[in-house]
Amino acid sequence: MRAFHHGLVSAPILGALWMVILSTTVAVAMSFTTGEAFRPSILLSLVWGAVLGLGVLQGLLRGPGSWIGAAAVVAAILGGLGPMVAEAPFVPALMGGALLGIVFARTMVSIIGDMPRGALTRHEFEAAVLRFLTGSGYIFFVAIVLIPFYVMVMTSLKNQSELIQNPLDFSIDLSLGWELFRSYRELLTQFNFGSYLWTSFYVSVLTVLITLLFSIPGAYAIARLRFNGQAIMSRSILLIYMVPMIVLALPIYIAFSMTGLRNTIIGIVLIYPVTTIPVALYMLQGYFRDLPHEIEEAGLMDGLNRLQVIWKITLPLSLPALASVALYVFMIAWNEFLLAFMLLDDPSKFTLTRGIASLNSSEIPRQHLMAGSVIATVPIMAIFLGLERFLTKGMTAGGVKG
Amino acid sequence: MKAATSPAPPKGRTQLAKREARLAYGLLAPTLISVSLVVILPLLAIFWISVKPVGLSDLRPTAPVVREALRGNGADMRIEYRLRNSSQDDVITDVVLTDTLPEGIEIAGDLPPECAIAERVITCRLETMEGGYNERLIIPVSAPDADAAEDAAEGSEPEVSGTADNILFNTTFTTENFTDVFDGDEFWGVLGVTLFYTLFGTIGAIVLGLLAALLLDRQFKGQGILRGLFLFPYVAPIIAVAFTWIILFDPFSGSVNALLIQMGVTESSINFFGQRPFALIMVTVFAMWGYFPLCFLFILARMQSIPEDMYEAAQMDGASPFQQFWFLSIPQLMGILSVLFLLRFIWTFNKFDDIFLLTGGNAGTRTLTVNVYEQAFAISNIGAGAAVAVVIFGCLIIFSFVFFRFLSREEGL
Repeated sequence: MRAFHHGLVSAPILGALWMVILSTTVAVAMSFTTGEAFRPSILLSLVWGAVLGLGVLQGLLRGPGSWIGAAAVVAAILGGLGPMVAEAPFVPALMGGALLGIVFARTMVSIIGDMPRGALTRHEFEAAVLRFLTGSGYIFFVAIVLIPFYVMVMTSLKNQSELIQNPLDFSIDLSLGWELFRSYRELLTQFNFGSYLWTSFYVSVLTVLITLLFSIPGAYAIARLRFNGQAIMSRSILLIYMVPMIVLALPIYIAFSMTGLRNTIIGIVLIYPVTTIPVALYMLQGYFRDLPHEIEEAGLMDGLNRLQVIWKITLPLSLPALASVALYVFMIAWNEFLLAFMLLDDPSKFTLTRGIASLNSSEIPRQHLMAGSVIATVPIMAIFLGLERFLTKGMTAGGVKG
Repeated sequence: MKAATSPAPPKGRTQLAKREARLAYGLLAPTLISVSLVVILPLLAIFWISVKPVGLSDLRPTAPVVREALRGNGADMRIEYRLRNSSQDDVITDVVLTDTLPEGIEIAGDLPPECAIAERVITCRLETMEGGYNERLIIPVSAPDADAAEDAAEGSEPEVSGTADNILFNTTFTTENFTDVFDGDEFWGVLGVTLFYTLFGTIGAIVLGLLAALLLDRQFKGQGILRGLFLFPYVAPIIAVAFTWIILFDPFSGSVNALLIQMGVTESSINFFGQRPFALIMVTVFAMWGYFPLCFLFILARMQSIPEDMYEAAQMDGASPFQQFWFLSIPQLMGILSVLFLLRFIWTFNKFDDIFLLTGGNAGTRTLTVNVYEQAFAISNIGAGAAVAVVIFGCLIIFSFVFFRFLSREEGL
């Protein structure tokens, strides 16, 4: 490792690796957006990256000089000897080249930072490596999260034959206007997705209400009151939390078949809360335990009884916690697939997830399948993104404490 | 007198403690009852079914079925009751058929020996109905208006009842389900796949979660957006993301294959979800991808509670960034990492939807949970499915034993 602790060694190596990562990323991104054939040239990337890395270290390519580096990359790509091969018309090739050149020139300056040209201390060396790894990390995580989401949305706006012709071409024809959303319109008009949306929504809301109704008193009892078997109780909740759904689904299927609850919304509303009550109980008892005793004791001293204390003191204090549990339960119910799949056969009673499952056939084009997925994903994502900060706090504080 | 002033706590249970315990049981009762109805009862049912020879078709109980028709005309007019046993094997006893003879139709001839008529109600009694029974009972009638009579006869539905043995409730037991399940190499293959999926899925999700948490454990513009973005795989419905992965990795028209061919990584397209060993690797990668956000949330929350001055002190002592991570962050995170490992291990072990949607358990991806479904619904052997479920439950007991021994130390639960 010692040999690397020198600016003239570290800078070109980091530059070369960074160029490989960036040229691959830009090639993938350009392919996905334009459908043209972009691909990284690993060998040339290493060479270009090393040279430019040295240039940045020497201070030649900093500040206004970084434009020189970017221009060199663009020229090389257009000339066919760049870190990325663009078998594409001039405009997309220029765009890809410019993207790679500018991003590389900019980020390389911050990766190298104020690295000295001579020997490096361990601190300076690791700081540079860390900046390189952080950059790669951002690219990696954003890619693995965004690509599936991007493909989901874009596929729903295209049609099957276009996609089979060039699976990489996700560019959309904006001149189509509202026609782009054809598959959504067909889902809502011909495939009854409006009704599935509504069913999913009210089933989830009912699940949340029933879950809270049962789990608030239960969680309070476990967290605050002393009674025989308290420890066993709080453990068995966790245990129930860990029973796999498929194990329960089998007897539930049998029981529902025999009692005629299969294919009814009532059956679904009866069964969903039971899967969520243990989760809610576990989260809520964590909160209740963390609330300061003294406030409740003050209430008791002032002559309130326990139930009044719960109603007038504990619940108002734990409103944020209740909201986050409610959201989490809503998400579980909204996303639930297995029970809906096993218990519902009648298309008029489908939930969204069950509806999507029914789209999975060779006769239905895949843009419908993806449009259905988008319809199911967007509401729950919107809720989560909107309340994320608040929810994260809730889930982690009430759930597992480290 | 001395006892009254002694500072020792009162012995035994005081009135107040009793009242508190009563309230606690009262508050817990609704939850306990409902949860045991839907968790404990089904679990008992699973054990019961696992030792019984039950197939999917046995869920519809054996019963007599009847169809009525008015046939012929003039002197040859007759009501025909076509009686059938819904099962090919099971015997039904004490079969009773009753039907009201509508106005405008009169009996014209001898009734079959099983039948009798009183106050216009026809009652037919059959001692037994063998499996596969399918016969007609013919009652000769006359009616002035044939069309009206047909409507009237078919308008009044005959009722039929009988007693049949229900396989779910009788006392026939078998160990065949378990011998079926454990027989052959299949079971050990399934167990191996389950362990691979569970172990690597868990470790991968935690490592990814740790890396993501390291990236976002600092203040910068857009941090909130990125954090929300990272949650996407966890928040989106499994069915939506599973189908997206299938389309993305499709061997004929998937973008990933097109991309790999274009980049020159592979010559021909790879059938990611339909080919050993890719399928198993892919479902494991899917598990890592789908569950890293959860690990990320918990690890990030713990990271942000590590006091800043610890890092400042380390910096003063000359610790490099990697040393700070290795000797400071990791030991501080060890608790949450091990709790996450145990929790995720159990949950991944229990996971069904993902593999079911991605491969349907084909191409060497059949885990224990998928096997429950396969046995019960694909092969229609509910008993064998239940037997696999019992095996899963046994594994779970072992895991939770480890879990509680460990967690008691970790969390003081």
